[in-house]
Amino acid sequence: MADLVSHPDEVKVVTRRFGQGATDIDRYLELDGYKAVRKAIGMDADAIINEVKNSGLRGRGGAGFSTGMKWSFVPKQSAKPKYVLCNGDESEPGTCKDRLIFEHDPHAVIEGVMIGGLAVGARSGYIYIRGEYRYLSVIMQKAIRDAYAKGFLGKNIFGSGKDFDIFWHGGAGAYEVGEESALMESLEGKRGIPRIRPPFPAVVGLWGGPTVINNAETLASVPHIMLGGAEWYAKLGPPKNGGTRLFCLSGNVAKPGVYELPMGYSLKKMIYEVGGGIPNGRKLKAVVPGGSSTPCLTADEIDINMDFDSVAKAGSMLGSGGVVVIDDAQCMVKFALRTMKFYQHESCGWCIPCREGTDWLKKTLVRFHSGGGVKKDIDNMQYLSENMLGRTFCPLGDAAAMPTIAFVKKFRKEFEDHLEGRPCPFEKAGVAEPVMA
Amino acid sequence: MRFSEEFEARFAEMVPHYPTKRSALVPTLLYAQDEIGFLSDEVIAELAGRLDLTELEVRNVISYYSMLTTKPRGKFNVQVCTNISCLVRGGEEILQHCEKKLGVRHKGTTADGLFSLEEVECIGACSWAPAAQVNYDFHENLTVEKIDKVLEEYKHEPTR
Repeated sequence: MADLVSHPDEVKVVTRRFGQGATDIDRYLELDGYKAVRKAIGMDADAIINEVKNSGLRGRGGAGFSTGMKWSFVPKQSAKPKYVLCNGDESEPGTCKDRLIFEHDPHAVIEGVMIGGLAVGARSGYIYIRGEYRYLSVIMQKAIRDAYAKGFLGKNIFGSGKDFDIFWHGGAGAYEVGEESALMESLEGKRGIPRIRPPFPAVVGLWGGPTVINNAETLASVPHIMLGGAEWYAKLGPPKNGGTRLFCLSGNVAKPGVYELPMGYSLKKMIYEVGGGIPNGRKLKAVVPGGSSTPCLTADEIDINMDFDSVAKAGSMLGSGGVVVIDDAQCMVKFALRTMKFYQHESCGWCIPCREGTDWLKKTLVRFHSGGGVKKDIDNMQYLSENMLGRTFCPLGDAAAMPTIAFVKKFRKEFEDHLEGRPCPFEKAGVAEPVMA
Repeated sequence: MRFSEEFEARFAEMVPHYPTKRSALVPTLLYAQDEIGFLSDEVIAELAGRLDLTELEVRNVISYYSMLTTKPRGKFNVQVCTNISCLVRGGEEILQHCEKKLGVRHKGTTADGLFSLEEVECIGACSWAPAAQVNYDFHENLTVEKIDKVLEEYKHEPTR
């Protein structure tokens, strides 16, 4: 069970019920549980979609696409059943927020899936949880059973004449399955290889039926929007970036933890006030602002607001909310190598630029970090990364290339310091050999 | 091939949740592995038969997912994360300490069959780094002393 933290600047919306025993369905009901779905049942499907659109809610998985817009793409009529799929495959390095949502407020996710179902005319939903989160699957399975026992799921929900089923599903270790089309493949019992689009999942998704896929945090936000109203939610953040965000603060900060802050919160304040600054008398070197796939920002670039548009303007991405703080004792070449080792391991090998690109980049970085680098490797790494961009079926290739380009561009001097057989200037005493050979 | 009653109950409940049988494959493989210890030829043949798949189709799926294994491993699988958030907080030192302490390296198993060691990718414990999982249990905010204590406790734990 992960520790909870708090800070006075937090605005608790999604985390409102954390630490309050809301996994228990009766306690959840005391805390305004299942009121939002009851309200949604009395609404027209288009009215639900408009409410979510107007709230400015954007996908919390990383892409930041308007949730209401996504829902509106699902055709009204469909010969095949429609589905809602909750993406709880959380695996982007630096991200550990969905874990807390499942642990503390599983019914909010269930409610979000139900509201999504009412909005798009689906009658079943699936909640996919990564295999490593076994204890959360246990919590979620119980929550679903309890909701059925109360008659909230199944036939004729809340006397509406509508049926809705929710099923739990588990993964078995795969980052790429967090990508929406690979997620569907995995749920269908296959290797998680991405599908070519179009057609998009909203039209042809799970088992060929129209499917809405949303991140767990996105869906857990929906009931609060239904109860508090689109206007209230939108005003929590800057224009077009409604609501709050669960920021997973990790790395070299004094007080790491998952904090719920308003969208648009200052990154500088997040590191130095909420996170308590850099410990051990060290200085800030860089920040990865939204999970390992987002280009890093240097210490001089942190005077920005953490909303989708501001971070994009600064040349990076808000991503999945994983803020990884890096101090000046860390080697950026090693950091780049560890990042690439991850993407090389997780590439499914379907698209050649990603399969070959991640492998070559990893090999180059391993050689480079151990002192075997030559000057032209630096430009080659950048050239190779640039040639992966936009050339794959799913964004894993981009996710590997984008941070690498930023590491090489922004920390070129550190790369040069490793040249000509010089030992890594940051290698810690006592660490004799690199783990990743 | 016999699984526990718990497995059978879960399997019987899960299959009708999907319009196609094979959709139950990934979670079923993981539950089978938890019981048997690894995905043996026998398990693969059994599940292929139950889900109307060829053994090859099942093997193809197994090879994609990093938690699934066709080789036996120790009773306690020590999975140390060294990904970025753990890296900058000493994840590698934790891994190297485990290597020394257990006398095995990545994907190795101790001679007594008690422990296996694995360097794993992000396990979603970034804000509580460095972290490791032993089977499904999370151990967070680790230090060398703390992981020593954790390993010691598993050594004396009688059941899985």
